[in-house]
Amino acid sequence: MSNYKQMDEQDLKIIATFLDRERILWRDEINEEYSHDELTVERSYPDLVARVVSAQEVSKILAYANENKIAVTPRGAGTGLVGASVAVEKGIMIDTTLMNHILELDEENLTLTVEPGVLIMNLRTYVEEHGFFYPPDPGEKSATIGGNISTNAGGMTAVKYGVTRDFVRALEVVLADGTILELGGKIVKNSSGYDLKNMIIGSEGTLAFITKAILRLIPLPKCNISLLIPFPTLAQAIRTVPLIIKSKAVPTAIEFMEREVILDAEEYLGKKFPDNQADAYLLLKFDGNSKEEITNYYDDVAQICLDQGAIDLLIADTEERSNPVWKTRGAFLEAIKGNTTMMDEVDVVVPRNRVNDFVEFVHGLREEIGIRIKSFGHAGDGNLHVYILRDDLSEDKWQELMNLAMNRMYEKARELKGQVSGEHGIGLVKQPYLKEFLPATSLEIMRGVKKVFDPNNILNPGKVCYAP
Amino acid sequence: MEILVCIKQVPGSNKVEVDPVTGVLKRNSADAKMNPYDLFALETGLRLREKYGGNLSVLTMGPPQAATIIYEAFAMGADKGALITDRKFGGSDVLATSYTLSQGIRNFGAFDIIICGLQTTDGDTAQVGPEVSEMLGVPCVCNVRAIDKVEDNHIIVDMEMSEDIERLKVPFPCLITVQKDIYEPRLPSYKKQKATANREISRYSLNNMTDKNEKHYGLDGSPTCVQRIFPPISNKIQEKWTDSSENLSQRIYDALKKIKFTA
Repeated sequence: MSNYKQMDEQDLKIIATFLDRERILWRDEINEEYSHDELTVERSYPDLVARVVSAQEVSKILAYANENKIAVTPRGAGTGLVGASVAVEKGIMIDTTLMNHILELDEENLTLTVEPGVLIMNLRTYVEEHGFFYPPDPGEKSATIGGNISTNAGGMTAVKYGVTRDFVRALEVVLADGTILELGGKIVKNSSGYDLKNMIIGSEGTLAFITKAILRLIPLPKCNISLLIPFPTLAQAIRTVPLIIKSKAVPTAIEFMEREVILDAEEYLGKKFPDNQADAYLLLKFDGNSKEEITNYYDDVAQICLDQGAIDLLIADTEERSNPVWKTRGAFLEAIKGNTTMMDEVDVVVPRNRVNDFVEFVHGLREEIGIRIKSFGHAGDGNLHVYILRDDLSEDKWQELMNLAMNRMYEKARELKGQVSGEHGIGLVKQPYLKEFLPATSLEIMRGVKKVFDPNNILNPGKVCYAP
Repeated sequence: MEILVCIKQVPGSNKVEVDPVTGVLKRNSADAKMNPYDLFALETGLRLREKYGGNLSVLTMGPPQAATIIYEAFAMGADKGALITDRKFGGSDVLATSYTLSQGIRNFGAFDIIICGLQTTDGDTAQVGPEVSEMLGVPCVCNVRAIDKVEDNHIIVDMEMSEDIERLKVPFPCLITVQKDIYEPRLPSYKKQKATANREISRYSLNNMTDKNEKHYGLDGSPTCVQRIFPPISNKIQEKWTDSSENLSQRIYDALKKIKFTA
């Protein structure tokens, strides 16, 4: 029996006084896509979807929901992978995709003010047209910035620039009771009390609802060069990564990829990858202000790679050369998904000098358990994406093998002093593992924080730290 | 098989500014690259060489710094390179460029097949390839979308026409221009780049040409008279429609049909 109020026509009538009925979807009007996210199998329809356009509307909805104990689930583009945007307690889903305006580019403070529904790809293009750079670069470019902030997404450039949290100067949020609050500001430094803004970042919509963000920008590096480095084996490729990091070269990205995943992506995109001579690759990207400057950086790295057995280093120094490589990299998730009947993922992060241990462990695991497992990821920052594929396994067998594989991988990540999630978040489905990774005290504090922000537990209930 | 690929250095970005007074393109030599279409020509040549043996040479015409793209071609696997460079060749139009290239090719060697990209990203005429073939007196096939095979003394290719594809058997020596996406171009190799960094390239000026008549080259040899160069007007006309989903979908369909985006 749910602890939440079951919505009825009266609720709809009242909410329709806060926002246009045209922007409300009620029960049968709700499209199937609102019942799930990108990956998790969990399906649950909210009773009502509110397509909001302002913080005021969010405020009114939350105040009403809080008073009436109606669950509220936030949703951006629905590209999450852990069920954070699935309305498990039904109630209201607030869809931010109409709040997709870029509000201000402040060239004096190097900030960009945006609404939460702006898509990452549009945000990047916009700032780059103005000579600025917003470095966080998650694979999913059609995600919203609100979603990225809520999971503290990282992406490919974390190795040099850091993650979303490092690029958020301020947030406007709506609290569970409808209060609109600004956290942080257009300020570079801030030692003024507890950092509530950073608490909201990565909280997956459980503490407050983000309605505006002020992001930090940096000047756009004038050029970049990617190196695609073929290795005879994945082990050789991966073992080279700590040496690259140790060499003090600062690539913006160090990704690893295997031939079989590249083949999936070729099939998915209908386009050939520019190289096919190896089973494993590292993909590095360097940026700087001139090609000469970048070439100087990578000469040492090239030597390290060749010493470790790299077949060659292939240079993607123009847009038409780097696009096919990075497009392929960007399509991996969808490509793997298209190659099987169902899959589940692990997004663990381990210390950077243990990446090779983890990847080799996963390789051994697929032989041992007898299930297809594909992986790729951010070798440079220790964040790996591992996908367990169902193929034609029966439901029972799938559950059995998938759970076994998951448990073994999380166990290994713990042993290597890693964490459950590098960037996809905990959401609904990773909660049991979070419990195993964090001390009970940490979880207690998290629940305490949640209670202070949201005493009635209406904001994205049942997520992050609330599983029994 | 002796293969020649003609390549060109073009501005690195398509956002090239035009000087509003002189109408001249503001070229920034630091931001230059190989014409993207030529990457497909080079890849086609490399695959032919890999399959049938022989040598692959590249030829370009341009200022001295255009040598950069010859070394880039070496890093992709080309064996030999030649640069046609002389101030007297500056300001060449399509005709003078084709003539200069044909003169340079005669100097450079005898080739079974000359491969050009479909067009360049700066000139966009797609005429230099066919004109070079005319001046060399060899057959030419444009818009080649696939190479079937090489047999005896000819090559079999698929040429894309507006409504059909023609399979042609072309005797050597010949010239083909290949379409974008005929193959995915390989990336330059770091190892090859290091190994070929000091490779000699041939350089030809007017003095090396069989025809030394200055009037046939550069501005003098260019009958084209450019009246004005201006950046294209970019159109961003937006309309906002408000209507029911059904009516809107019909309107979108009608609009797409009108501009022939759908049947």
